[in-house]
Amino acid sequence: MLTVSLQHALPGFGLDVEFEAPPGVTVLFGRSGTGKTTVIQAVAGLLHPDRGRVALNGDVLFDTAGRHWLPPHKRRMGYVFQEGRLFPHLTVRQNLLFGQWFAPRGAKRESLGRVVEMLGIGPLLQRRPGALSGGEKQRVAIGRALLSAPRMILADEPLSALDEARKAEILPYFERLRDETGIPMLYVSHSAAEVARVATTVVVLQDGRVLRQGTAAEVLSDSAVLPTGVRAAGALLEARVACHHADGLTELDAGGVPLFLPQIGQPPGSPVRVRISAHEVILSRKRPEGLSALNILPGTIEHIRTGGGPGAMVALQTPAGRVLARVTKRSAQALALVPGADCFAVVKTVSIAPENIGGTR
Amino acid sequence: MLSLRVSFWATLAALPLAVWMAFVLARGRFPGKQLLNSAVHLPLILPPVVTGYLLLLLFGTKGPIGGALQQIGIVLAFRWTGAALAAGIMAFPLMVRAIRLSVEAVDPNLEQAAATLGASKLWVFATVTLPMILPGVIAGTVLGFAKAMGEFGATITFVSSIPGQTQTLPSAIYTFLQVPGGETAALRLTLVSIAVALSALLLSELLARRIAARVGGR
Repeated sequence: MLTVSLQHALPGFGLDVEFEAPPGVTVLFGRSGTGKTTVIQAVAGLLHPDRGRVALNGDVLFDTAGRHWLPPHKRRMGYVFQEGRLFPHLTVRQNLLFGQWFAPRGAKRESLGRVVEMLGIGPLLQRRPGALSGGEKQRVAIGRALLSAPRMILADEPLSALDEARKAEILPYFERLRDETGIPMLYVSHSAAEVARVATTVVVLQDGRVLRQGTAAEVLSDSAVLPTGVRAAGALLEARVACHHADGLTELDAGGVPLFLPQIGQPPGSPVRVRISAHEVILSRKRPEGLSALNILPGTIEHIRTGGGPGAMVALQTPAGRVLARVTKRSAQALALVPGADCFAVVKTVSIAPENIGGTR
Repeated sequence: MLSLRVSFWATLAALPLAVWMAFVLARGRFPGKQLLNSAVHLPLILPPVVTGYLLLLLFGTKGPIGGALQQIGIVLAFRWTGAALAAGIMAFPLMVRAIRLSVEAVDPNLEQAAATLGASKLWVFATVTLPMILPGVIAGTVLGFAKAMGEFGATITFVSSIPGQTQTLPSAIYTFLQVPGGETAALRLTLVSIAVALSALLLSELLARRIAARVGGR
């Protein structure tokens, strides 16, 4: 458990945050310029905050009140930087082993072979970072952090320098990190899709303050706190793979409701989480018939939020979990959508993009 | 061969100081940095004879530093060690300049990354910073060595040109040219001088290229 309490003056605004990161992956979620990176740098010891205290499992990393400051090299935080920051004069193998050298003897450590296998970087070991692609660099950076026997992994927007295809390539490794190593992680991101994939806990930051803290499913389905605007709103459903069909579809069991997705790799029985973007959901008062969409979730309207624009955000309680739907105010009126009303959420199978489907423990 | 010895020791002694000074000037932020920068460059812009005379004033047996050193049995004036001191001081600014450039090119972010991986300041320097500035250090060393070999004005002013004692290659050439019939000997020494300078340059190019290829990361 990491406990963080920080105050720091930044150009334009003051950072004042207090939160706890339980085991698992805690995502610091917010727009750029809300102080996320400042928080993670202070935890790593790369930035000296004006005031604050950070402790990991009761071990104080710094406490400005007690004038206590542990230098970064003694904190044993595995930092994965935005731009990789591999050492250009060392081979991939030497980069990976760099941290292991300095790790204390008794520390619980990962073996090189296991990390190399997990990240799929075996063929790269003898190369130098200059000859690697962006995605490969980032995988090596993850491995390097992991092999330093860290007490915690800090990941500062590790995917933001990559294109969409590379992001999709790296994200599964963070999921494996979460599910297979048990090392707690603090992960900075401004992408709702990333949060949906990796987060156990979400801390939403806005203008240097903690706006909301909760589990991933809770926070993501609450459109009021989403920092990235309504376009990014979407619900997170926990489901289990039921079976794979011969026509290229995978059937999930989400709280008793079948959900059809384009085929995924996970074997039947394995748990997955699916993010359903609010603007991909259609609402209907009656169970629709003669419709091409395969996924129909029955539910009850929980609340409706409207703003200045023409849109309305409808939250629907379904057996699969809370679903968000973005509709127009006009349709909300025409359908007489009010809290408590029964309703059906319709989701096209093909609208569930692969980057919104992730494995989970 | 006295020249080689003088230049070798001059460069060797000046090197750690030059690396340190390069870091101070590249990374340090303190009042009077420009003044320090100017002071370091002084030997480069002053007439060498002036530098030599200043050395004589300071390090001569009657000078403030030379006098103190004499108490503990070290005499620099008119000794080969004095020639090394003069050569080192003249070479110093060139070495600092070359090393400073490479220090400024090192990404401090990489040093941060090394720290998060558990490397203390000293280890960060040894495993990350030093390998990355090595091309600059080598270039600075060769440049400094060449300057030390060629140093004439300050040396002859400070330690004169005593054969077998303080007569370096340039001052020997100069002396030979002062006497009738000395041209052949002067010419011989000139060729030696060219050979030494060229081989030093080639060696440094070779080393720098190998290291650059390694650091460039392929």
